[in-house]
Amino acid sequence: MSAETLYPLQNGIGNMVRSLFPETAFIINPALGLISVVILVSILAAFLILLERKVVAHFQVRLGPMRVGYHGILQPLADGIKLLFKEILKPKGADSFTFFLAPMLPLTATFLIMVIMPFDHHLQLVDPAGGVLYVLGISGLTVLGILLGGWSSNNKLSLLGAMRSGAQMISFEISLALIMLLIVMLSGTASLRGIVLSQQGLIFDWWIFKLPFLGILSFIMYLVASTAELNRTPFDLAEAESELTAGYHTEYSGMGFAMFFFAEFVNMFISAGLATTFFLGGFHPPLIGISAVDGLLNIIPGFLWFFGKTFFIVFVYMWFRWTFPRVRIDQLMSLEWKMMLPANLLLLILGAVFMVLGWA
Amino acid sequence: MTTQSAKKYRLDGDTLPEGFRLPQSDTEDADEFFVNIGPQHPSTHGVLRIVARLSGETIVEAVPHLGYIHRGIEKMAENQTYIQNIHLTDRLDYLSAFFNNLCFCMAVEQAMDIGVPERGEYLRVMVCELQRIQSHLLWWGVMGMDLGGFTPFLYGFREREMITDIFEEMCGARLTMNFFRPGGSSFDAPDTFVPRIKKFIKIMYKALDEYHTLLTGNIIFQERTRGVGVLSREDVLSYGCSGAVLRASDVSYDIRKNDAYSIYDQFDFDIPSCTEGDSLARYQIKMEEIVQSLRILEQAVEKFPEGPYRSQPKAVYKLPQGSYYSQVETPRGLFGTYIVSDGGPKPYRVKYRSPNFSNLSALNHAAKGLKLADLVTIMSSMDFVIPDMDK
Repeated sequence: MSAETLYPLQNGIGNMVRSLFPETAFIINPALGLISVVILVSILAAFLILLERKVVAHFQVRLGPMRVGYHGILQPLADGIKLLFKEILKPKGADSFTFFLAPMLPLTATFLIMVIMPFDHHLQLVDPAGGVLYVLGISGLTVLGILLGGWSSNNKLSLLGAMRSGAQMISFEISLALIMLLIVMLSGTASLRGIVLSQQGLIFDWWIFKLPFLGILSFIMYLVASTAELNRTPFDLAEAESELTAGYHTEYSGMGFAMFFFAEFVNMFISAGLATTFFLGGFHPPLIGISAVDGLLNIIPGFLWFFGKTFFIVFVYMWFRWTFPRVRIDQLMSLEWKMMLPANLLLLILGAVFMVLGWA
Repeated sequence: MTTQSAKKYRLDGDTLPEGFRLPQSDTEDADEFFVNIGPQHPSTHGVLRIVARLSGETIVEAVPHLGYIHRGIEKMAENQTYIQNIHLTDRLDYLSAFFNNLCFCMAVEQAMDIGVPERGEYLRVMVCELQRIQSHLLWWGVMGMDLGGFTPFLYGFREREMITDIFEEMCGARLTMNFFRPGGSSFDAPDTFVPRIKKFIKIMYKALDEYHTLLTGNIIFQERTRGVGVLSREDVLSYGCSGAVLRASDVSYDIRKNDAYSIYDQFDFDIPSCTEGDSLARYQIKMEEIVQSLRILEQAVEKFPEGPYRSQPKAVYKLPQGSYYSQVETPRGLFGTYIVSDGGPKPYRVKYRSPNFSNLSALNHAAKGLKLADLVTIMSSMDFVIPDMDK
């Protein structure tokens, strides 16, 4: 039986609201959706910041935050309060409107993408047919925010950081898009839910394994390209504290900085979530074909699988960040334009050949 | 980048201080702009200010501006007695405080013809080599951090802390150690000195393997340093560079071998040298120097003799008229002390020859035409300590 018939797209809460308040359901349902996304993003941001601090602490053989709450669990709250009370400064000569608009754009982008993340069979707010296109389009907002923030700060180091970031993110988005295109081509759909459902079955039906060795290769390339897209080490040239002090957000304080920061962290989750969706079977459990084991794996709900895989990728991003030095801007650009882009084009052709031959 | 607000605040080039001036818009250099790296910047390792003229990300010129930490130590020296002067020397380059102490004491010893007992000499060599490792460990961590990896910074500090503890137990200070005196040192080594060094040597060899795995073997690190900031043999000689900067460019010159002081001639160790002259070569030299210092320490702890640690000359030193010079090999290169005495209890004139100052002069030459990020790489591979160059 096909996945669509097994798990037809239905909305339990939405149906309930519609039956209880038939008149105002068209307002209540979107409002509920928005509230849930807001809650999810804020919890995720706080959790990821704590996670990063704990992971780096263990990489660096130290404890990390330990004082606020059990094992520093309330530390994000303390950070948040601190950031709220910090004075918001604007450098002399900065372009006020742009300067304060800029940090909102990346944060907006994270909300907009969160809306179409397929967390589980029925845990997805909307599933547009062109989900992949939507993701690529929206992620441009992050670049825009960073560019505007750096440009309007009236600081040459910020401007350099913003220019670097713009060049870097736009270039690597091409690679990212090509890798996504490969998966879209293989699964025959551009909807994120459709891509997940196309990987239904055993663990070997996930795109990372199903495509003979090209799957793992393109997964690694996705990791590289998305790390660059996220501006994280070894590609954190936009911030590059040793060269540009803090790059595009040098002049931001308090909540302005926090918005950039939150966006960066939630974007990391989104990138990892997309990796899960595209390569690791999304919310599907890693079935191995032995019914006893598979029965147990099937008991665990899909969203737990999704979060488990996603946080594993998040951990890999953190692993990169705390062990690698930073590349130089010209090395970064030559990596994209001279290696990743040709390799991706080749990959696309090979993927097509595999499809025609029926191997994938 | 002339925005509306730039016009409003008249950022047109005439109202700005020197170094901030934008080129005239009608010249060929219109794309070039100035960026101040420092005086407070995470990778200037202190208050160094470098005015970089950039064309995009490419360095056209990098001019160091000094004077932000100037304390007039050489002038202060003229108003202090010789013993009081020793504590000023460890404020120069706080990562090689013992070396500076030693250099000043050696000049006084030379003038007064004071000998040092064998235990005192061993103490000097061991303490200095420990500090060379300590300084290199900080440099290694900072180099990792300058290249964007924060973890090496903390790993370097982990082993450095062991040496700092040894120093703290020995003389009470952890950074600006004031230990050597003409004729030896101010205290004897504590009983735990040798066992602690033995333990440290064991741990350090293992830690070095870890360092090489974490940073040296990393492909990004190698790409960032190989061929970056190349200085030829002629360059380093003409700029008067010393230390690892000199030895990375195919000049195997080390005061410990070429003008052996203290009892360095009794130890078996090598002076590493490379031919490439780039940042990676300077890095490799320094890493190898840690191994060589460990070798010296291994030999010294085996032979550490009993006996007096200091010959006891009279407490107030009055150097005979004349001029005296002594030099030591610090972790960063040649450090020299030149004392002119008029026969009084205070020096008539003191001049320090610091390794960082001459190494810094080669920076522009090495960085020209490279990217902004390479400037940081070169600076950290040259291992600057600012108070030393800006006395």
